[in-house]
Amino acid sequence: MTAFVTSLRLTAATLLVCVGGYTTLILVLAQLVTPHTANGSLVTRADGTVIGSERIAQAFSEPRWFWPRPSAVGYNGAGAGGSNKSPTSADLTERGRQVVAAHGATAARPLPADLAAASGSGLDPHITEAAALYQIARVAAARGVPPDRLERLVRERAFAPGGFLTHERIVSVLELNLALER
Amino acid sequence: MDAILLILLIVGGATALSWPLGRYLRWAMDPVSLDGPAARFDRLFRAIGGRTTGADQDWKRYCIALLAFNVVMFGVCFAVLALQQWLPLNPDGKEALEGSLIFNTTASFTSNTNLQHYSGEVSLSYCSQLAALMWLQFVSAATGIAALTAMARGLAGRPVLGNFFVDVQRATFLVLLPLAVVLATAMVCGGMPMTLQGAVKATTLEGVEQVIARGPLAAFLAIKQLGTNGGGFFGPNSTHPFENPSFFTNVLSTIAIVLLPMASVWMFGRIVGRMRHATVVFAVMMALLLAKLAGAVAWEQAPTQAFAALPIAQDIGNLEGKELRFGAAAGPLWAVATTCTSNGSVNCMHDSLNPLTGLVPLAGMWLNATFGGVGVGMINMFVYIVLAVFVAGMMVGRTPEYLQRRVEMREVKLAVLAMFAHALFILGGTALFACTPWGTGTLNNVGAHGFSEILYEFSSASANNGSGFEGLGDNTVPWNVATGLVMLLARYIPIVLPLAIAGSLAKRRATASSAGTLAVDTPTFGVMLLATILFLGALTFFPAAALGPIAEHLQFIK
Amino acid sequence: MTTKPVSLFAAELVRPALADAFRKLHPRVLARNPVMAVTAVGALLTTAALFTAGDDLGFVLQLAVWLWFTVLFANFAEAMAEGRGKAQANALRAARAETFARRLRDDGTEQRVAATELKQGDRVAVAAGETIPADGDVIEGIASVDESAVTGESAPVIRESGGDRCAVSGGTRVLSDRIVVRVTAERGQGFLDRMIAMVEGARRQKTPNELALTVLLAALTLIFLLVCVTLRPFGDYAGVQLSTPVLVALFVCLIPTTIGALLSAIGISGIDRLIRRNVMATSGRAVEAAGDVDVLLLDKTGTITLGNRVATRLVPATGVEPERLADAAQLASLADGTPEGRSIVVLAKEQYGLRGRELTAPHATFVPFTAATRMSGVDLADGGGRPRRIRKGTADAIGRFVTEHGGRPDREVLAAAEQVARDGGTPLLVADGGRMLGVIQLKDVVKGGIRQRFAQLRAVGIRTVMITGDNPLTAAAIAAEAGVDAFLAEATPEMKLQRIRDEQAQGRLVAMTGDGTNDAPALAQADVGVAMNTGTQAAREAGNMVDLDSNPTKLLDIVEIGKQLIMTRGALTTFSMANDVAKYFAILPAMFAAIYATAGAPGPLARLDVMGLHSPESAILAAVVFNALIIVALIPLALRGVAYRPASAAVVLRRNLLIYGLGGLVAPFVGIKLLDLLLVALHLV
Repeated sequence: MTAFVTSLRLTAATLLVCVGGYTTLILVLAQLVTPHTANGSLVTRADGTVIGSERIAQAFSEPRWFWPRPSAVGYNGAGAGGSNKSPTSADLTERGRQVVAAHGATAARPLPADLAAASGSGLDPHITEAAALYQIARVAAARGVPPDRLERLVRERAFAPGGFLTHERIVSVLELNLALER
Repeated sequence: MDAILLILLIVGGATALSWPLGRYLRWAMDPVSLDGPAARFDRLFRAIGGRTTGADQDWKRYCIALLAFNVVMFGVCFAVLALQQWLPLNPDGKEALEGSLIFNTTASFTSNTNLQHYSGEVSLSYCSQLAALMWLQFVSAATGIAALTAMARGLAGRPVLGNFFVDVQRATFLVLLPLAVVLATAMVCGGMPMTLQGAVKATTLEGVEQVIARGPLAAFLAIKQLGTNGGGFFGPNSTHPFENPSFFTNVLSTIAIVLLPMASVWMFGRIVGRMRHATVVFAVMMALLLAKLAGAVAWEQAPTQAFAALPIAQDIGNLEGKELRFGAAAGPLWAVATTCTSNGSVNCMHDSLNPLTGLVPLAGMWLNATFGGVGVGMINMFVYIVLAVFVAGMMVGRTPEYLQRRVEMREVKLAVLAMFAHALFILGGTALFACTPWGTGTLNNVGAHGFSEILYEFSSASANNGSGFEGLGDNTVPWNVATGLVMLLARYIPIVLPLAIAGSLAKRRATASSAGTLAVDTPTFGVMLLATILFLGALTFFPAAALGPIAEHLQFIK
Repeated sequence: MTTKPVSLFAAELVRPALADAFRKLHPRVLARNPVMAVTAVGALLTTAALFTAGDDLGFVLQLAVWLWFTVLFANFAEAMAEGRGKAQANALRAARAETFARRLRDDGTEQRVAATELKQGDRVAVAAGETIPADGDVIEGIASVDESAVTGESAPVIRESGGDRCAVSGGTRVLSDRIVVRVTAERGQGFLDRMIAMVEGARRQKTPNELALTVLLAALTLIFLLVCVTLRPFGDYAGVQLSTPVLVALFVCLIPTTIGALLSAIGISGIDRLIRRNVMATSGRAVEAAGDVDVLLLDKTGTITLGNRVATRLVPATGVEPERLADAAQLASLADGTPEGRSIVVLAKEQYGLRGRELTAPHATFVPFTAATRMSGVDLADGGGRPRRIRKGTADAIGRFVTEHGGRPDREVLAAAEQVARDGGTPLLVADGGRMLGVIQLKDVVKGGIRQRFAQLRAVGIRTVMITGDNPLTAAAIAAEAGVDAFLAEATPEMKLQRIRDEQAQGRLVAMTGDGTNDAPALAQADVGVAMNTGTQAAREAGNMVDLDSNPTKLLDIVEIGKQLIMTRGALTTFSMANDVAKYFAILPAMFAAIYATAGAPGPLARLDVMGLHSPESAILAAVVFNALIIVALIPLALRGVAYRPASAAVVLRRNLLIYGLGGLVAPFVGIKLLDLLLVALHLV
């Protein structure tokens, strides 16, 4: 019985320190040092309404936008998730077929894989540089801008996320599309 | 090439950090002399604990104290989750949870498993996330560290194992809390959200409404990774861009997964006073880790089989369920790290790993001692050591002995019981759910992969891991109850039995060592230990592996 | 007791063992061995499945037959091990043929009773030609006794009251004289009874290590039971209906039948190997403990050195011809019957060419050694002239002798004598009348090969401690020569006991040999106490082994046998487990070849059949047959024990891991493939 009394005393102490104290400390620190990212890296319009988050993918389906990777949850920012399909699954082949059709990919001009494979969270904000370049023709046609301007736009914003530790360059879709709007 | 560099950075970095941390753990958990700051802390912890912290405990009393505290942990967590709709810190107005889900979640976090049959941003209030789950992430991890400390004391030949209530506070306040503050600060700097404001409504460029969930991520993530907890704030865990915003946070998170499990080995070595033995154990674990890493990274470079016939250029391997910002090798690397230890957080969807890559996390959970959970990983390894010592000891022609104590029937009995329990929970559970609608009605994939989903769920529950083949529709009453029970039993049986072994070894007369005694600090013993682990693991789980991932691989991958 | 070597598979051993193998199918006998018990249950299930086998009848029948063979082979192995002991027990029993005893009443009158009615404390009279009815101590008289029934040694031994040679065993025969014996053993508890029980294995209890191993094997069996039972629902999920015989086949192949079948044979044969070297252990536990020994306490005399000291060198005084000294020394020793005396004669002959002479009275008068004079020698009447008085003896005695004869002690000779003592020898001074001629060096002779033996022991981590009554100086010299690790000089029984306790307090296991009554406490304290059969009853009771040959060096053999016993268990456990890998690769593909198969092609798991076996039936059958035959193949290894070569634990582990681990991994792949080919060739599948 005394063991339970002691356990309750420890519960109180650990709740106070590890939940109350610790959370407050990190919260204050974050809000003081990095208020922008601490609140979700939100992107707002001039009128203050929120467009979205720099870090969260949003749906783009019209030809004039760069399109993100497929999302198994429909880009739901309040209920993220992946497809959880096996790489051998026929369902994936079916989705792949739809994406290929949407992008108009052919054997001569195969679709970069990241545009066919859904991300783990369904909210991956990035696509590979190759995937962005792949879409230039469509976006350029829809917007009536020269493709080389778009290519410059992509190349300027593409980066290697891990520096020399990664060789695949990626680019944020929302960032590209915001740049298109300007 | 960048995969090898990344592995070097993460594994090398964690190994380098684990050494000084092991020293610190020894200082914090088992102070050699009680003066200076150690004495002040000791007085403070005994003051907080009250009367029962006055005396040291033998293995039985230590276990009773441990179980009592865990019962209270379970009760508090259950209460908070059950009452969340009435408690504060609920900006998004989360509703009441279903009963079996509350049981499963409470069992899951109490047992340091963090198997999640809910999605955090969908179901839980900030109060539940912080006061119930994050709190348990501290104290359940601390329970594991305390248990290892006690076991090491027993193996060092001390008749009493220390006082659990003091040990668990040392682990919480002196080990986990400072590390969590450091890591959370780094995560804040890495751009991780840390706010108590609710979800934000956005109108996208295309004019669609998008609700973006947020929360106190940095604080939660730090202890989730450090304490081999792994329970995500969001449903898809560390794949979520808020829970793992960049390459940098991903590297830090991966290191944090293996850091304390690695340091636990050094702490064990220091307390028993056998650093060479600890080095051999560490090397065996490292060999297993590297072998699994090599396999997983190599197999995951194979492209997504489902796209093979389509005009899709697959030159960076299988991307289904992966995020681009971490780099190509980060997914399998994390998958191995998180299942070698009993962490269970994910940065890619394990259900979507290539079949053989998916076998590697399964193997990690079956063995459950490649560094393993904080504290308990080394405890699991101890069970393998007892068996390896027993067989090897006979092979050198002596009654087997470990750390100068004879291993006899009682020790072997307790060790094999722990081993059997793990096998029973995984194979028995899988058998039950594979031939009933309880399991077959909840699958997200067909054929061999569907079998793997059931197998994975029970492996994860029994290994107290918490990761999953998340396609499984596991928020059902049968799944919640079955895995909840497995998690609890699989947590406390492998803690109590090894403590009992340590307690009985401690009472035995110490034997002298000579050239004729089996040395446990040589490479030869390392090989013996490795062989024992692989044999026991392979012989127990090979048929299941063959029917799951191996069959899927042979069926689809030409 | 028979010591003639019987070949391992001699017909007289095999035939009864075959019969016993069937007798041991009794459930109560099988239940003692969990692994074989479940194998028998599996065989039973398969036999029952015969009735529902349908088209598979031939296959299931063969499976059932081989599963029963697996059980029978295990029984046979145990019966073989026991059979070797039984042959010896029968020989012993003959010696215990119904005997009568002459019990002495308190008034001294005799009463004729059956030997089996004697109680502890009874006194019995035994005359020449009679058999001693029970174990006891001689309390009156002296007699020569034929102990061949117990020791196999035909030369009679002397047994007398008092002292260290008073113990007699029941079943031995008095050859001369009459003795009175006080019975020390209860009925059925006598030495012979215990021997019979031991060799028959009747009261064999599992040793601690054997118990622990049994638990491990039982647990592995349980795990594999789980694996095989869950395979059925797994199969259901994958759409394949697994039959009971096939599941039983996999189960029996996976559980550690090899070690399970041979475990008790290993234990029995370990004790048997001891008996072959004429050592009786009172329990299997003692044999196991022998393998764990860290320290050997060895008596110097008889173990490390030959029993007697030998003259090795002559040191003449200045001005004395060596031949003269040799001549005098030989003369002084001619009538000296002691081994030391004879060795002096031999030394003089070999080094100086002096032949032993026949000296007879009245020319020569021999002066025998007495405790009072502490010298011996000869007085020669040299053709009527002055008699020569030649003496040899200790420095003090000879010093006195020369002074009495008008001479003076020679300082140089005394110094030489001291030097001899310092080198570990015993000096004998030789004097001719008043003149000291020189010194004879008597030395302990270290047994040939003993040094290498100690080096081997050191390699396996065993330290040797020499026990001697010599002074520390002498002891150190002999210790250095013999290569022991430490010595205990001027030892008393109390010091011996203390030394054992000290070593044990440091966590070491101690073995020692002893014979005298005053050794009993030490023998009891030691973890392995080997009593000499010539020793007292007290010593024999206190120890946990008795060496019938009374050869103290045998302690080394005992340690080796103990180590070999445990090593054999470990090696076969490893081998047994390593075998399972190949069996999985044989049986699993056979079980699951059809799952997820597309029309016409074999299923994905068929590709796991790395051995390329003929068909699912042949694969399963080959694995089961291999599993059964390997037991028979390993019976000789179980009975003889694995090859023992002294080396450090690390080397031994590496070697055994390689042979039994890696070998166990590879061998069944080869064996199963060959059996598969054979089964197909014989059209059995």
